[in-house]
Amino acid sequence: MTTGQTRSQLFVEIEHLACGRGENVLVRDLSLRLEAGNGLLLRGPNGSGKSTLLLTLAGLLPPISGKIGFPGHDAETGPVLHYCGHRNGIRPRLTVAETLSFWAAINGAYGLTTAEALAKVGLAKAAKLDAGYLSAGQQRRLALARLLVSPRPLWLLDEPTAALDTQGHELVAGLIAEHLAQGGLAIIATHDDIAVPSLSTLTLGGTA
Amino acid sequence: MSGFLATLRRELRLSMSGSGEILTLLLFFIITGALVPFAVGPDKELLARIAPGIVWIAAFLSMLIGLEKLFRPDRDDGTLALYRLADLPLSAIIAAKVIAHWLTSALPLIIASPFLALILAMDVPTFWRTILSLLLGTPALAAFGTFGAAITVAIRRGGLLAPILIAPLCVPVLIFGVGAIAPMGGPDQASAALLFLAALSLISVSLSPFAAALAVDWGEE
Amino acid sequence: MTIDDTTPKMRWWDRLAHPGQFMIWTAYLIWPLVILTGLLMVLGLYYAFFNSPADYQMGDTVRIMYVHVPTAWLSQFVYGAMAVSALGTLVWRHPMADVSMKAAAPLGAAFTAMALFTGSMWGRPTWGTFWEWDGRMTSTLILLFIYLGIVALWRAFDDQLRAARVIAIFTLVGAVNVPIIKFSVDWWSTLHQPASVFRPDGPTMPGSLLTPLFLMFFAFTFLFVTLQLVAMRTEVRRRRIATLERKAAQGASA
Repeated sequence: MTTGQTRSQLFVEIEHLACGRGENVLVRDLSLRLEAGNGLLLRGPNGSGKSTLLLTLAGLLPPISGKIGFPGHDAETGPVLHYCGHRNGIRPRLTVAETLSFWAAINGAYGLTTAEALAKVGLAKAAKLDAGYLSAGQQRRLALARLLVSPRPLWLLDEPTAALDTQGHELVAGLIAEHLAQGGLAIIATHDDIAVPSLSTLTLGGTA
Repeated sequence: MSGFLATLRRELRLSMSGSGEILTLLLFFIITGALVPFAVGPDKELLARIAPGIVWIAAFLSMLIGLEKLFRPDRDDGTLALYRLADLPLSAIIAAKVIAHWLTSALPLIIASPFLALILAMDVPTFWRTILSLLLGTPALAAFGTFGAAITVAIRRGGLLAPILIAPLCVPVLIFGVGAIAPMGGPDQASAALLFLAALSLISVSLSPFAAALAVDWGEE
Repeated sequence: MTIDDTTPKMRWWDRLAHPGQFMIWTAYLIWPLVILTGLLMVLGLYYAFFNSPADYQMGDTVRIMYVHVPTAWLSQFVYGAMAVSALGTLVWRHPMADVSMKAAAPLGAAFTAMALFTGSMWGRPTWGTFWEWDGRMTSTLILLFIYLGIVALWRAFDDQLRAARVIAIFTLVGAVNVPIIKFSVDWWSTLHQPASVFRPDGPTMPGSLLTPLFLMFFAFTFLFVTLQLVAMRTEVRRRRIATLERKAAQGASA
């Protein structure tokens, strides 16, 4: 789970995937293969199904048809993916450090320690603060820190740079680059530009 | 195990972090019970006879109104989706929620029940039987309640729907709960009722996290 | 030169599963079922009113039994049908199973309400009151609450397909609970009524009472089957309309 070698055998295989909400098909017949160390940028207008596709890949929404596979992933090592959506899952009245160590506890604390992860996203000084006092950008950083304490091969990120300033943009790009360099994979839906090499782009259309 | 305990700790911290939830619940419990003499008259004999039923109904209603807090905040801020992707199984997370729900909803009621017993003219032996019956029966209410909350988590304004759904399922708990306190057929009947109550609680607490996890997975977006 | 027809013929299971196929072959069933139900009802009611003896204890009011007992049996049978449909949705992933589940719920509620109503009508001359908390009536009342809760659940969900799996779990949990509820209610009623209460379906049934009873049993069961099929077809049509409306909306905004 933590060695680069294990990750480099993993890839994401999507075959003839159709996904949508209820009867509404947003993405038709998508087939692609993503290899370790590579990332995919999802682009497209609002309503084109970027978020729905990420939710379906995460297993949170059932696909309408088609197959999603993660060949090379050993299920014994834990879940294969991290999902980071629009909402940050941050509850007031718990401190920042408590929030992060909770996620480490239920996701497996095999990565950075809480302190290291907070330092990496620039929240070291806020560790003892009530998480409800964080700004939107800081909450986003805390959500990203969650990805660092429990390493998993695939990152599914939905607008990770939302509410972040320029420094935050650089942070996200840096984290993704590092993750890919270690043999991870990432699929990112975003309107912004993320300056990371080895990112291919997939544009989802509007109405079929 | 550490993940399970971490979830339990978090749920307890959130419930007791000063938002007054427990106080509101206690007040509701006491007030519900205290309303009855106004409705049926203060005749001590009558009150003493129906006191076990009143205490149980008040506990029942109080545990039902606290159901929204089980899953709705998690759903609203995205935590529920993350729970579904965690390493710890969703059923384990929900089991921790059931226990936390019991600790923060049922236990305070049981501790406050002496006050209600007093104003409802309950005698002391009956009171001890009431405490035992509540201790054995409220876990079943917590388990059913969590299941009902999980079924209705995906419904936008499903506030009153969960209590309506699980009330029929909880009728046996009510029947055996009161039957253990005021046995008209003698002490044998009371112990039989207690055993049924304990069985109901054991079965429901062990099975409802799995059923609730399925309901959350299939109902959630 | 022969041309071999190698298209695989649909198995009967597939005929049942595909909504389009379902609509086609059930269309042939509706009118025969309606006629059969009507015939059985007429025959059964004739026997019930004109060709069976009045009970020596209850007089003519025993004839309510011919409606009450079948509806009471149906209220349980429909829940069983719903539970089987729930298994069909969850375990076998049968496409029509959730339609069947949704159609059965209000029907079950109606039959249960009818059972309670006829039981109450029967109780008035027999017990002296319109309602008596005996074990059977109480269990039926609780069953009515469960049915109505399920109907409310179906209406509360926007996405009916998502609703189907969630409601299936609830139906199955309810199915497991119903015997427990019955047991506890029976225990409770013996607690509070040590004297034996007159049971509405009587101790023994002489043969002349059996003929109309069986006829009405079959009549009501076929009534349920007919109504269920019609309700399922209506639901399939309802979903088709919703899909068409959605497509029209999408097309309009292009």
